[in-house]
Amino acid sequence: MDSANSNDRAGAPMADNYDEIVQFRGVNKWFGDFHVLRDINMVVGRGEKVVVCGPSGSGKSTMIRCINRLEEHQEGTIVVDGTELTDDARKIESVRRRVGMVFQNFNLFPHLSVMANLTMAPVYVHGIPEQEAEKQAMELLERVKIPEQAWKYPGQLSGGQQQRVAIARALMLQPKVMLFDEPTSALDPEMINEVLDVMVELAEAGMTMIVVTHEMGFARKVADLMVFMDAGEIVEASPPDQFFERPENDRTRLFLSQILTH
Amino acid sequence: MARHAPVSHAIAVSSPRRRPPIPQTGILVWLKANLFNNAHNTLLTLLAAWALFVTIPDALRWMVLDAVWITDDAKSCRAAAGACWAVIAEKHRVMLFGTFPYDEHWRGVLVIAIVVGMAVVSAFRRFWSYWLFLGWLGAVIVVLVLQLGGIFGLAETGTHEWGGLPLTLIMFVGTVVGGLPVAVFLALGRRSQLPVIKALCVGTIEIIRGVPLITVLFMASLMFPLFVPEELTIDKVLRAQIGMILFFGAYAAEIIRGGLQAIPRGQYEAADAAGLGYWQTTGRIILPQAMRIVIPALMNDIIRAFKNTTFVSIIGLFDVLGATSAALQDPLWVLYAPEAYMFIFVLYFCFCFSMSKYSERVERDLATGRNY
Amino acid sequence: MRPRLTLDGLWHNLGFRGLLYQAVVIVLVIGTAAYMVGNAQEAMQKRGIATGFGFLDAEAAFAIGESLIDFRPSDTFLRAYVVAVLNTLKVSALSVVGATVLGGLIGVARLSSNWLIARFASLYIEVFRNTPQLVQIIFWYTLVTLLPHPRQALSLHDWAFLSNRGLVLAWPVAHGAYVWAAFAAVAACVAAYGIARWVDHRRRRTGQAIPVFWLNAGLVAGLPVVAWLIGGAPNEFDVPKLQGFNIVGGVTMSPEFLALLLGLSLYIAAFIAEIVRSGIQSVSRGQIEAAKAVGLGRVDLYLKVILPQALRVIVPPATAQYVSLTKNSSLGVAIGYPELFSVNNTIVTLSGHTIECIGIMMAVYLSIAFSIAAVMNVYNKAVQIKER
Repeated sequence: MDSANSNDRAGAPMADNYDEIVQFRGVNKWFGDFHVLRDINMVVGRGEKVVVCGPSGSGKSTMIRCINRLEEHQEGTIVVDGTELTDDARKIESVRRRVGMVFQNFNLFPHLSVMANLTMAPVYVHGIPEQEAEKQAMELLERVKIPEQAWKYPGQLSGGQQQRVAIARALMLQPKVMLFDEPTSALDPEMINEVLDVMVELAEAGMTMIVVTHEMGFARKVADLMVFMDAGEIVEASPPDQFFERPENDRTRLFLSQILTH
Repeated sequence: MARHAPVSHAIAVSSPRRRPPIPQTGILVWLKANLFNNAHNTLLTLLAAWALFVTIPDALRWMVLDAVWITDDAKSCRAAAGACWAVIAEKHRVMLFGTFPYDEHWRGVLVIAIVVGMAVVSAFRRFWSYWLFLGWLGAVIVVLVLQLGGIFGLAETGTHEWGGLPLTLIMFVGTVVGGLPVAVFLALGRRSQLPVIKALCVGTIEIIRGVPLITVLFMASLMFPLFVPEELTIDKVLRAQIGMILFFGAYAAEIIRGGLQAIPRGQYEAADAAGLGYWQTTGRIILPQAMRIVIPALMNDIIRAFKNTTFVSIIGLFDVLGATSAALQDPLWVLYAPEAYMFIFVLYFCFCFSMSKYSERVERDLATGRNY
Repeated sequence: MRPRLTLDGLWHNLGFRGLLYQAVVIVLVIGTAAYMVGNAQEAMQKRGIATGFGFLDAEAAFAIGESLIDFRPSDTFLRAYVVAVLNTLKVSALSVVGATVLGGLIGVARLSSNWLIARFASLYIEVFRNTPQLVQIIFWYTLVTLLPHPRQALSLHDWAFLSNRGLVLAWPVAHGAYVWAAFAAVAACVAAYGIARWVDHRRRRTGQAIPVFWLNAGLVAGLPVVAWLIGGAPNEFDVPKLQGFNIVGGVTMSPEFLALLLGLSLYIAAFIAEIVRSGIQSVSRGQIEAAKAVGLGRVDLYLKVILPQALRVIVPPATAQYVSLTKNSSLGVAIGYPELFSVNNTIVTLSGHTIECIGIMMAVYLSIAFSIAAVMNVYNKAVQIKER
């Protein structure tokens, strides 16, 4: 809250706010005439984990997709690691190199091997020699516990394995922020835990993470801030203890009651 | 996990829904987004607009303003600078009915109306029932009576006089109605466990699919007399129809086979367990499901069968194309052949385009899960 | 007690029943075939015609309108077949190229973000797909025959003349330098491909990209020119001139050839366009987003993500269309182009060996169809996306 005044300088890098790695100020987005994000104000601290939850259609996916410009916002400012997101293609490119994203449907390239999936970006975007990239890829594959799958093809892996490869692919660029858009929603129940374990390990290693998910157990364990969105606006945002034990808003309470009875 | 007070925070704000500051809808927005959204699109739009500007006025002038619509004297067409649509007015009877006796053309019109009417009715799922099947049977009988005559006081007209749109429609319906059972049998035969039957079906399908339709038609219509004793003659239209049926059947068989392959083994096993024999399983359980799956792909083949009716003009039958070509042998009007061909071009287009739109709708319905 | 062999027991034995069905079918098929062949032989004998392929050495005694190799009526039937097959291949190969280039462009245009261009492409596809190919071929032929007489031919300076005798183009006089240039063109393409692969390999190894697009373009365009220069830089052209009632010289594309080429290419292009469109659309949006999210540039996105996957979806149906195009070259019979089918008809009429001729013709078409299918199968196996 103390950084409110200095953020009003539009376009200037927020060098004096090193701790705030993602900032949303008064962000509004429309799909045609439909107001899909309403006055989003959010700050994510470096090394911290923010979990965003809410009913479907609440705009949570849209919001995090704005962070790497997969969606455009019409009003307000979004600043990522000191760079403001505008229509400037170079700024967008520069942001995308510092932000990793994991999708609900994994989105691996099926015609390339796991190793090729991982090394595609470092080699073709960053110009890193393939041998070095492969070494780094093997290290990451060991970190997500599937080094033996390196030369297989995505079609030959299970859903949980594919998602872990997707996480490794995002980590290859050594991002400052990792975005997760419902990473376990497309998985069979028995594979959810293997992916969540990787995410927990990532969190404990200090990565900044913004996660859209329904997995409340994971959220409780890992989150620094819980954000509840409904109908395009932020309804409630508080640390997990307060969020789960003493929700302030009726809508939050309703949502929690629906989701936690499982 | 030990945490300091987190830097992360968010403000819960409730603002009313409002309109976007820069309008996101409206004609100017649409123009900018679809025609002028970046440099090379703008250039393309301008090029396209210029091309339209240069060609459309001349085309309109030729097609409408300077065109001669009705005249029975070909010379006035020569004098005009525009299209001679009069050739259609002059020749349309022949183009549409071939060599069918002039006074009996009303029968041809009835045939067209019946076939098109039945097709339109069959397109609505709501009318699918045993009655529709009986309706088609009745329609076939009525059409044959109208085309052959000889009873109910109608003048007799042999199949050698059939022509034009009635002939096209009859060949089309005959091909599909005759070809589907052939296709089903070939597809089942190809999947058979009995090696002789499988080999025969594979051979038939692959050979027919590997040669042009025109050779199948030629073989059916010109070679056939060679293979049967001279006393036995089969009607030419029937021979062509058999050729078309075989061709359609071979292609449709592959499509149906794809559908059969898509039925999971479990269906066969459940039927076996219930004690159903081969024909019962196939007829009641496997085929209905397989046909439902392949309807969109079959529609493509059916539309192609309609276009393929033009091939019979090469073996001397007077379908719409054959009749038109024959009509244009008239030296007075031969200069205006393009106009006449454009007319049947539009005619074929109307039929095929409607079938194509219908098949898209069928595909969409199937994709959204509506049962067929 | 040993089980008794009864008729009833046999009938209900599934294995036996299967054998019985097959035996019946074999008898029926062989019986019908024998009946048909017997009738045919009787008919042939009545006309005094022997069976066998010996007639191929007999004199053809008819002329063929156009041919890639010399053909005179005194040549054999066999040579006539060769001419016909060459004509078929010529029109089919050129139509395949035309249909692919045009279809590819229209397919991509159909997906353009420019509404006008997308609508044009869509209009083309709907118009050419929904009308019979034969009507299109005859329509083009009619247009060509209505062109002015050679004396008033439409011309482009002195190099091209369009009249109702066809399209006549100025063509360079044959010279060794052109052969060298052709080889150079092929070598340049191979070299360009090799350079691109080597540069990609180096980029992966060291991380440095060397831009070679213009180098490669220059190579493919320039090497043939160099070869031509070395060969003596011949610049003699066979220029068509009006002589009497006709245009002599240059190289001629007959009206029949033009009409068939147009009718085949434009029709199949519409189908190729749809195939290309659905191939490109088959690459899921999610992958494109993932590629963007990871910062992949547009060129790399197209070359490494979209194109490989789109091609896998495009190639099988496209080759089916090519096979169909080759077979439909037989429609040339309707406008008098001397391809395999129409020449075969003439040979049948002249020699009377109906069955042998039809057999030859079907064998040729079948081998073309099978070879294209075999090549495609090899390609499919090689690029199959591996799944569990």
